[in-house]
Amino acid sequence: MSPVDETPNPAPAEKPRHKPSRGPRVAMPEREPKARATVFDEVGYGYTSEMALEEAMRCLQCKNPTCQEGCPVNIEIRDFIGAIIDGDYRSGVEIIKRRNALPAVCGRVCPQESQCEAACILAKKGDPVAIGRLERFLGDSDLACELDRRCVPAKAEPSGFRCAVVGSGPAGLACAGELAQLGHDVTIFESLHAPGGVLSYGIPEFRLPADVLSAEIETLSALGVKIVTNTVVGALVTVEELLSEEGFDAVFIGSGAGLPVFLGVPGENLNGVFSANEFLTRVNLMRAYEFPTADTPIWRGRKVAVVGGGNVAMDSARTALRLGAEEVFLVYRRTQDEMPARKEEVHHAEEEGVEFKMLCSPQEITGRDGFVTGIVATRMELAEPDESGRRAPVCVMGSEFTIECDTVISAVGTRANPLLRKAAPDLELSKRGYIVADEEGATNLPGVFAGGDIVTGAATVILAMGAGKKAAQAMDAWLRADRS
Amino acid sequence: MFPIVHKRQLSDSVFEMGVEAPKIAAKARAGQFLMVRTDEYGERIPLTFSDWSAEEGWIRFIFMRVGKTTHQLSHFEVGESLADVVGPLGVPTHTENAGRVAVVGGGVGVAVAYPVARALAEAGAQVTAIIGARNKALLILEDELRALPLERLIIVTDDGSAGIKGLVTHPLKELCEAGELDAAFAVGPAIMMKFCAATTREFSVPTTVSLNPIMVDGTGMCGACRVSVNGETKFGCVDGPDFDGHAVDFEELMSRQRIYTDLEREADADYSQGCQCHL
Repeated sequence: MSPVDETPNPAPAEKPRHKPSRGPRVAMPEREPKARATVFDEVGYGYTSEMALEEAMRCLQCKNPTCQEGCPVNIEIRDFIGAIIDGDYRSGVEIIKRRNALPAVCGRVCPQESQCEAACILAKKGDPVAIGRLERFLGDSDLACELDRRCVPAKAEPSGFRCAVVGSGPAGLACAGELAQLGHDVTIFESLHAPGGVLSYGIPEFRLPADVLSAEIETLSALGVKIVTNTVVGALVTVEELLSEEGFDAVFIGSGAGLPVFLGVPGENLNGVFSANEFLTRVNLMRAYEFPTADTPIWRGRKVAVVGGGNVAMDSARTALRLGAEEVFLVYRRTQDEMPARKEEVHHAEEEGVEFKMLCSPQEITGRDGFVTGIVATRMELAEPDESGRRAPVCVMGSEFTIECDTVISAVGTRANPLLRKAAPDLELSKRGYIVADEEGATNLPGVFAGGDIVTGAATVILAMGAGKKAAQAMDAWLRADRS
Repeated sequence: MFPIVHKRQLSDSVFEMGVEAPKIAAKARAGQFLMVRTDEYGERIPLTFSDWSAEEGWIRFIFMRVGKTTHQLSHFEVGESLADVVGPLGVPTHTENAGRVAVVGGGVGVAVAYPVARALAEAGAQVTAIIGARNKALLILEDELRALPLERLIIVTDDGSAGIKGLVTHPLKELCEAGELDAAFAVGPAIMMKFCAATTREFSVPTTVSLNPIMVDGTGMCGACRVSVNGETKFGCVDGPDFDGHAVDFEELMSRQRIYTDLEREADADYSQGCQCHL
């Protein structure tokens, strides 16, 4: 390792700290598609130090780093890559953690290709720097240390204020981490028995190992964040009670958009039809793939049709393969180009043997004796782009055909959970049941802030984290403001 | 962790268990339910409150030993703790201005009928409780129900070993015929609720049923508990568990309850083989 950079916040290099390499983007080693499609072990192994250095050397260390602008939480990307070049991983981790409490998580699940990496200068002519893989490398190097040696961000003087955070998903964790750093006493309330929200129940082990998540959460606890599980805000306690009886000074709601949407076609309640949420929760949170060692059963279909084109659909399809399905179809109304899923996930799914059935839309789920036997679908074609810029799919008349399957997984989105109304009856909600909040997360109720999917509808982990962080700063300002 | 403070065996396979949970006890209302998980590898199972005390900070539930989780649960003793207890979940049973009500409980469903009958009576309703079981040995909470200010308590057993011989629908029908009912509430096996609803439909007596679909999280996140009510998909956990009995698709409910029967049997057999108890 080269000499350690003593400054915690290295100033941008006056002259290049290295001669950028012109080598190709360094591939991250992965499990073979055939081998990995039957196990829940993580697909990517991560960079070794040598690979990380080789990739970091590709970075131009731009004077005006555009990559940083592409990051929803504004991580000083150039500088953490510089720290890798210097061999100073510790500084690298510190640089990331100033903006993002969960680097090992984000390095794995962020859609870098449409954010920081898309903004990388190198992307104009070729492959951008693999920023996500480098972030993961630093995050993992931190987690490889014992807890007391890990990078725990510095904390401001105790403010004397107590903050409650509802939900321990990406928005809640980011908000809680930021609030704790700002000196507040933070308690997260989680409805399930384990923290992490969608990171824990939704994203599969082969993309985000549970150990990585729990280690990152452990680091947050070291920062002083308390997590109380088994607490459904709206059932056990209301937001109003948190602010009065429970003595909190401010509340952040990051409860997520939990309620699954079904297809709305005949047959959706047949046995063998699941929401992606149920399917993934059974496998990830409840570890049903270890049944009967784990008590929660899971339906293991032979022929599985997953409906949808997002990351959740990819996760469901790849999970079904790992549970032993002979055939897994991905049924999507548009084409592969319009899929909202990360390209990398689409590629992984294809590699593992998921069969893509594009431009088809389920009209009915057929069954026998209460169990699914297939999907009747129609062929679609794409019309001109609509106001969202996406080309709307339209039915091709008389093109009905049948997809034989014994399992249908609906991964077509989620909506707001009605428990929210019970949690805070006076909170202003949109027509679709989401919380109305301003840019900084402030709601119509004083001291109540919100962010993540419960404000925007289903989005990405990093956007939720960005919203949680921003709201934490607004909460801090609100708490410290003189209201006498 | 939730310490177990009470355990009582009510019949061969039915147990009452109480845990210390002051916050839940302070909020619990009749008709609501809990999600319970025994340990790290445990399944989350929904169990309806049978009783609670806000003053003393405990809640109780009653379960029948039918699968691995309830089997394991039956081995827990006072002084041990359950890993997770979440609640109170679901919409409480509507008890205001109910008038003359029949509360029908079948089998282990009596555990729900009891607090509902109590809440209705406290809200000023004239309550006739009808409780049924296969035989006298399986009858639960008879003494507790007798202690409530009810109009009547009617006991029915399949074999006549206690009360009237027959099905709970017989006295229910008589009450309907006599024009003595403004509403009915039924809880028990799906097939029983189906026939209760069919009985009252003829007489247009509004009937609430407390459903027991499969659940995973119990908070609206997974949709395993979906039921068709008037042709519309509802979630048992957040929209229910109470629904209009005349609008519920009971055939679908019963079919959906059976999805994991084979796997559950496998898990329980696996567990029983390794466990020291002799059943």
